[in-house]
Amino acid sequence: MHQLRVVRNIWSGIENLLLHKLRSLLTMLGIVFGVGSVVAMLSVGEGASKEALDQIRKLGSNNIIVSSVKAVEDEASTTVHSHMSIYGLTYEDYARIAESFSTITEAVPVKLMRKESRLGERSMELRVVGTTPAWFELVPRPTIAGRVLVAEDQQGQSAVAVLTEFGARKILATEHTIGEFIRIGIDVFKVVGIVQSEGGQAGNIQIPDQEVDVYIPMDVARKYFGDVVTRRTTGSRERELVELHQIMVEVDDAENVESTAHAIEQMLERFHKKKDYEISVPLALLRQAEATKRRFNIVLGSIAGISLLVGGIGIMNIMLATVTERTREIGIRRAIGAKRNQIISQFLIETSVLSTIGGLIGIGFGVLVPVVITHFAGMPTVITPESILLPLFISAGVGLIFGLYPAMRAAKVDPIVALRHE
Amino acid sequence: MDNQSSSNSDAEIIRLDNAQKIYEMGKQQVRALAGVNVSFERGSFWAIMGPSGSGKSTMMNILGCLDRLTSGRYFLEGQDVSSINDDGLSELRLRHLGFIFQSFNLIPQLTVQRNIELPLYYLGWDARQSAERAQSLAYRVGLEGRLGHRPTELSGGQMQRVAIARALANDPDIIFADEPTGNLDTATGEQILKVLDELSEHGKTIIMVTHEKNVAAHARQQLHMLDGLIERIDGDY
Repeated sequence: MHQLRVVRNIWSGIENLLLHKLRSLLTMLGIVFGVGSVVAMLSVGEGASKEALDQIRKLGSNNIIVSSVKAVEDEASTTVHSHMSIYGLTYEDYARIAESFSTITEAVPVKLMRKESRLGERSMELRVVGTTPAWFELVPRPTIAGRVLVAEDQQGQSAVAVLTEFGARKILATEHTIGEFIRIGIDVFKVVGIVQSEGGQAGNIQIPDQEVDVYIPMDVARKYFGDVVTRRTTGSRERELVELHQIMVEVDDAENVESTAHAIEQMLERFHKKKDYEISVPLALLRQAEATKRRFNIVLGSIAGISLLVGGIGIMNIMLATVTERTREIGIRRAIGAKRNQIISQFLIETSVLSTIGGLIGIGFGVLVPVVITHFAGMPTVITPESILLPLFISAGVGLIFGLYPAMRAAKVDPIVALRHE
Repeated sequence: MDNQSSSNSDAEIIRLDNAQKIYEMGKQQVRALAGVNVSFERGSFWAIMGPSGSGKSTMMNILGCLDRLTSGRYFLEGQDVSSINDDGLSELRLRHLGFIFQSFNLIPQLTVQRNIELPLYYLGWDARQSAERAQSLAYRVGLEGRLGHRPTELSGGQMQRVAIARALANDPDIIFADEPTGNLDTATGEQILKVLDELSEHGKTIIMVTHEKNVAAHARQQLHMLDGLIERIDGDY
């Protein structure tokens, strides 16, 4: 019976709102914009952080990436004509890292170079990645056609190549290309597979798997192309000797990632006079990104809280006026036999209906804004169920909280006085 | 005027024992009821009369369970309601009393039907039963066909009929009418009084406050008040 009364109260609440359409609309406006901005901001924030988090996750949360970088003092000296800069990780570094730590389950060396490649009539510059088959375990990539590198390629030093989807498409390679030969630099490789590409940048980590990557066995890369890279720029020639561009390390447990990264750093410090390497920990970046997201959410929450507070005060203001205006009605209801609590619940329900409808309209706005942003500004936005349900519950709650005082005022109305009220 | 306080038959529906109501007006005390002793029988039709300030409105509020005595006792159907709490008074009004006011006191945003249904809503009736009862009551007071109208679309007499229908919705033991014809022209007022006469004939107890002699003449007893006390009682008491 009581539930029935609540339903009827909700209906009469809606009827009362329809009776004063403009006033109801103006009263709701605060909640509408409060909730609308919360939904919109949440979806934009969620979209931005989701993109960053996804890219970091792709790097593997249990991985550590050690990259070669040109040390600062070296950079300055490259202006010298024909100077050869030697820096970065060495084969020895790789062997030491792979052997010294019990927490490391896998270590993968990576050699990177750009080479003009030709497949049939098409030719373009590809990024050649010399690595071991374990690479594909650390950075899983779905195989589109053929296979990835295997241990036999490594042992037999086979001149085989795995293309990446995007690069393959550019050079007009399809699944029918498997088994054909591709010319990389001056050498010929047999195409054995095509994998999906996952291009892009995440934070300051360059994702090793670029769109135009072609994977070849580590030892083959070393034998065919050597360690010296020559780059011609206007007026000068730059020669660089870099043995390994990256060492990817997989750690057995997320708990050990940071301690292992620290130990690797200490080890490298001992063998490198200059700091010509950089250690990136995706997990740390992930945590950082998540912390940033949390901070962003707190800021958002505060803004949302303030706007909902303002909206709530607006509602309270109008409801107090309404109570005064309807003093006589309250008196009539009391005289007929309504208890104080019934008057309170009537006004509470009316206020909640008002704020919930405001919330619903606000959600409508809030959902529309990200769609417009995505359409015109190309920014990714994500609308999660929470980003809709949370503001809805909050707006209903605002109605309850800010409706309580006017409702209690209504219940205090003395029926004798109220019945004489004009 | 304490000769009635001893009677305590089954027919007695209301009894006041030394009823006092004192208002604090700043430093002054106003004795709106200065020790009233009276008893009303079931099925009687009373008019409470008196000049303004005589305490007749206070009397009405006390008897209508809208207000509490400062001292003394009020028995309603044998139950002592002098010290009952606010919710208890609401419950008494809801189940046993009906009200008709000078200014009708209909809720303007509700239709005639919803106004009549109001007591049933608080009694927890379901919508279908309430609607049926509202229809039969509207028929009884001559308002059939007006159920969907708003009070503002009705004449004064029609509005008072709605108020009567509403007062009857909970099938009350006592109907309180506070100057029921005060806002109506004489002819319309007569019609309303006729409705009250009919209700009285059907055995309802009616207590009506009025200052008009010809209106009071419809009641079988007239209780005249002065300075918070009963001045005299006329009629077949």
